Amino acid sequence: MIFDTSKLNRRQFVKGIALSSVAVSGIVDLSAKEKIYDFDKSPVLSGEEFFLNIASTPVNITGTPAMATTVNGLLSGPTLRFKEGQDVTIHVTNHLKEDTSIHWHGIILPTNMDGVPGISYDGIKPGETFTYKFKIQQSGTYWYHSHSDFQEQTGIYGAIVIEPKEEKLEYDREYVISLSDWSDEKPDSIYRKIKLSADYYNFKQRTVGDFFDEVKELGFLEAFSQRKMWNEMAMTDRDLSDVTGYTYTYLMNGQNPATNFKALFKNGEKIRLRFINSSAMTFFDVQIPGLKMSVVASDGNYVQPVSVDEFRIGVAETYDVIVEPEENRAYSIFAQSLDRSGYALGALTYDTSVIATTPEMDSLPILSHADMGMNMSSMKDMPKKKETAMKCGAGMDMSVSKPKMDMSKPVIPITQLEESRGVQTTMRAMDPQYRLSDPGVGLRNNGRKVLTYADLKSLTPTTHDRYPDREIILRLTGNMERYMWSINGIAYKDAKPLEFKYGEILRITYINDTMMNHPMHLHGMWSELETGDDNYLPKKHTIIAQPGSKISFRVNVDAKGSWAYHCHLLYHMAGMFRKVVVA
Amino acid sequence: MKKLLLITVLTLGLSTSAFAGGGGDILRATVMVDNLEYQFNDEKSVSWDTYAYVGYDLNKLYIYSEGEKAKDSSSASSENQLVYSRAITPYWDIQVGAAYDKTEDSDQTWGVIAVQGLAPYFFETRAVVLVADDGNIGFRAESEYEALITQKLILTPSVAISAYTKDDVKIGIGSGLSNLKLGARLRYEFIREFAPYIGVEWSKNFGNTDDLSPLDETYAVAGLRFWF
Repeated sequence: MIFDTSKLNRRQFVKGIALSSVAVSGIVDLSAKEKIYDFDKSPVLSGEEFFLNIASTPVNITGTPAMATTVNGLLSGPTLRFKEGQDVTIHVTNHLKEDTSIHWHGIILPTNMDGVPGISYDGIKPGETFTYKFKIQQSGTYWYHSHSDFQEQTGIYGAIVIEPKEEKLEYDREYVISLSDWSDEKPDSIYRKIKLSADYYNFKQRTVGDFFDEVKELGFLEAFSQRKMWNEMAMTDRDLSDVTGYTYTYLMNGQNPATNFKALFKNGEKIRLRFINSSAMTFFDVQIPGLKMSVVASDGNYVQPVSVDEFRIGVAETYDVIVEPEENRAYSIFAQSLDRSGYALGALTYDTSVIATTPEMDSLPILSHADMGMNMSSMKDMPKKKETAMKCGAGMDMSVSKPKMDMSKPVIPITQLEESRGVQTTMRAMDPQYRLSDPGVGLRNNGRKVLTYADLKSLTPTTHDRYPDREIILRLTGNMERYMWSINGIAYKDAKPLEFKYGEILRITYINDTMMNHPMHLHGMWSELETGDDNYLPKKHTIIAQPGSKISFRVNVDAKGSWAYHCHLLYHMAGMFRKVVVA
Repeated sequence: MKKLLLITVLTLGLSTSAFAGGGGDILRATVMVDNLEYQFNDEKSVSWDTYAYVGYDLNKLYIYSEGEKAKDSSSASSENQLVYSRAITPYWDIQVGAAYDKTEDSDQTWGVIAVQGLAPYFFETRAVVLVADDGNIGFRAESEYEALITQKLILTPSVAISAYTKDDVKIGIGSGLSNLKLGARLRYEFIREFAPYIGVEWSKNFGNTDDLSPLDETYAVAGLRFWF
């Protein structure tokens, strides 16, 4: 196995501090007073002790100079390589004029090391250094990011790669592929705009022509009646992403599509690609046209290999895939945003001067009645049995699959949680279904083999086979018109903490009462996703709840303390958030 | 009074640049000039329809102002409101406050209660009940729809009606259905915040209002829509 550091100077397009002093300071006034730091700019750090410096850094990603907040002056930040079983010490120094923090996403550690201001600790004040110390008890691909304000959006993130005691995979070479979204606009400004007008960034809305096309195809009455439910609820089937390529430039390892990140291979090699979605707001659909990808790990944990053409990666998820490129060929690593407003692009090639042609983006995904929480199997002109594939409105073919549950086991008692229905909620999924085998809006019936959650099965058997002691149901709620987000109709600021009992096995079910995908992240404990086989539940840290759907997972409540629990879309997080107390 | 309020709104507006936290519910302020237009009618009017607000998700302070100035008039006539607005359902706000109508040579103050929101089928709607000290009760409502021809070319049909229980000769309104306005404006959004437009409007007075000041006119309009 070769870890190819020679190709890792890919972040060099981030203008160094030296460049900023004269050329940029005239344009970006912020940089004028920035101190000049001499950070270790190694793109990969390893060992037992790590030094991370968080500072404002001038960058030029779009052709316009802008200020980023970075780790060690790099965007994305340095990859941290740990070893399973190792004790690590990480000193994080804040050179910003505001508080910061680093959260180790997906890492199992003590509550006071988790890095969430207001829950794990007080954050890191300007000028201060916080030292994290924890034992590495796992392996795989993870990441770290700021948990303060909107700093994830401006660059404070990086990859974590943990070498296992015993590697179960065979490969010759590996690359981290970190996907992210960059805007020259300040996050506060983006957030204000979507608060003023939730569709500010959506330039793929329904037009009059779309309706006329439907009239032509279906006749006026049928076309009108298909729009009826959407119109009556004042909702749109084009509400895919809140923030889009209108302001975002999509990055692969910090590089924009024009500079094109390049991953080199030698003929005959097996390459492990560690995909991390470090975006603030963007889901990506990833393909390497011409290559099958063997998905071998999800959120850091090994899964039974599954060969796919494409996978959707939600914000904060990670997937490891192994590819075996043919000799003397170049391939595009193509990650289009869910709303098809742009893409991140890289090349997998045997020679840096050879790259593949960039694939066309797919056509615009359109939300269906299923995404609205209607049960397609109960619609009157549909066959009335479940678990069958059926044709749905927009020509989609979707099977409604349920996780298999052993019916001989007792019914799990449900702990009722406080719920509110008021201004916070514009939609309620009337008949939400488990949609594990649904690849999601925009990926249905696209002619490619697309990974679904139903494909994910842990490589190793589930370690605890106890049936859940109880269940809680969390409705993911929002007011898409006013841009307010909440859980069970209650925003974080008005919510009581969720209480988990130490030692219990909890089942959590999400019902997504919105038209958006929410990547839900529980800190501190694994989320073991019910994908069909109770004995091989894949361990995840971030679970996508599809629009209008239902999804369940188990938590072995084995970590005392206070933990954050939230939607990982940055501009949803403040409301769609809970503090979890394990006692 | 108006100036003071405007200053308040603008001052609060400036403070929104910093993230206020509080669970994502930021203090925000905006000024929306929905219409600022020249009307190709007999009076050759310049007309405006604007609002500004400052506040949070649930509670806001709104100022509305709409009016016109005919080419040959010495001053403008306008309808202005200052209301406290509270979100009470997912799509609707209830509003209470005061209104001040100004004509060339008189004025009228009202107490107002209103609802504003997004009706099914995406109709942006606002309906206001006004009460004057002489017992006159007014009703004004307007609704508009945005039809996207393309993502940037947007046609906005609109309807506005007004009605009153009593005559108020000094400000030129009569009891019963007073005025109906139908409009359609086609704008091009260079950016979201800035869009020139052209359009057509039909305005007709009815009943006693029409007796006081007869009006039944269709005219072209051209103007700007902008916000910040």
